[in-house]
Amino acid sequence: MAWTKKDLLGLEELSREEIELILSTAESFKEVSTREIKKVPALRGKTVVNLFYEPSTRTRVSFEVAAKRLSADVINIATETSSVKKGETLIDTGKNIEALKADIIVMRHNYSGAALMLARHLGISVVNAGDGWHEHPTQALLDIFTLKEKLGRIEGLNVSIVGDIAHSRVARSNIWGLSKLGANVTVCAPALLVPPEIEKMGCRVSDNIDDALKNADAVNVLRMQFERDEGAAFPQQLEYFKNFGITRERLLKAKKDIIVMHPGPINRGIEMSSDVADGANSVILEQVTNGIAVRMAVLFLVSQGHDQNGQNNS
Amino acid sequence: MKDKAKILDKEAVNRALMRIAHEILEKNKGTDALCLVGIRNRGVFLAKRLAECIKKIENMDVPVGALDITLYRDDLTMIAAQPVVHKTEIDFDITDKNLILVDDVLYTGRTIRAALDALIDFGRPKSIQLAVLIDRGHRELPIRADYAGKNIPTAQKETVEVRLEDPDGKDEVVIVEKD
Repeated sequence: MAWTKKDLLGLEELSREEIELILSTAESFKEVSTREIKKVPALRGKTVVNLFYEPSTRTRVSFEVAAKRLSADVINIATETSSVKKGETLIDTGKNIEALKADIIVMRHNYSGAALMLARHLGISVVNAGDGWHEHPTQALLDIFTLKEKLGRIEGLNVSIVGDIAHSRVARSNIWGLSKLGANVTVCAPALLVPPEIEKMGCRVSDNIDDALKNADAVNVLRMQFERDEGAAFPQQLEYFKNFGITRERLLKAKKDIIVMHPGPINRGIEMSSDVADGANSVILEQVTNGIAVRMAVLFLVSQGHDQNGQNNS
Repeated sequence: MKDKAKILDKEAVNRALMRIAHEILEKNKGTDALCLVGIRNRGVFLAKRLAECIKKIENMDVPVGALDITLYRDDLTMIAAQPVVHKTEIDFDITDKNLILVDDVLYTGRTIRAALDALIDFGRPKSIQLAVLIDRGHRELPIRADYAGKNIPTAQKETVEVRLEDPDGKDEVVIVEKD
């Protein structure tokens, strides 16, 4: 199995084999971060540009650490302080970065489909670090990597995703990735935060948290993005915690060794209680560590994404 | 691809490994501070076999590690066939050790160059010595083996294949000609 894509835009367009290749490559990369000298020369002389149209610390830092451990040069562009403010279009910005002879653009954008549009206009690699409500492939990959590391497999697992499904690119990427690898996915949220026809993505919908936790091998708890609150759809914070928050009491009724995940940052006392976030079932900080290995694998693979003739696939 | 000539059979592979084990012990005066690191893939199996030989001779265990050099290759961006990245597993400290680097075939020397770079990232061994089962010549870098099972003159269009009981089912070394 060889990687042939120049970009990573989402998990929807990846085959099961491609997802598994990323995961197994990440397994090999994990060891690099345990060394005294946490660096390999694989991307020496390559330039990675982090282009972030939305504020992000953990994803950007994770990509930056990953690129640096591969010996790439990293440039961060926060659009608030760039020419985007002067009215430059996304494609012009991309073409300018390409003209600087950068090799990979890692982009976070508030519009769904922005990464795809950029990738179509550029010959260099584009890695989607989150586009609107669409996809956040590397987050889902690191969630799946962590699950596989903990439980040894993905096939046949029951995984529940709890929280604001409607506005969540993390949920969408997880549903695509987990279902392709054979897991049974349940989404659980207040009715107004479940997008219509989400079942068509191959998941079950529940509006009862105890039901969603009952047979789950893992629960992925999404952050309630109250900053996106446009009024009607969002419940009160305390009301949400009462009805959907993950607490010690609720976990007592679930499988004893259920895995609790969260993409961060956590709102303690809203999505989950502090004793759960810091408890034995939580793998939240391992997700952060695994994020580096997964992003190293993605950067390495897209930089190798050429066909047998050595031509870069556009 | 077809087998052109068998260079070593099962007995010859065993004798070569046993001799190399004796030479390693002689040169390093025993197993103190000795460790073996095999280069993936065949080098790891050979390193384990050498450790077994050393155990037979001295009744001592020496640590064995596995090194994947993909990320250190000098032709990463040039090769058409995509390399697969495998795990490096060296779970002992190599600093101040006499480290025997093990590979199946020594050819251009570029793999060894990459392996040396990788090892230096793991620590500062007292010495690094190179053991190979086959030295087939055609060096492109100033690198030589400290221990070699057999020197074989080859043509560049030929390939030397080392097959081992584990993982290939039988021990033999053959010259293979590309079609």
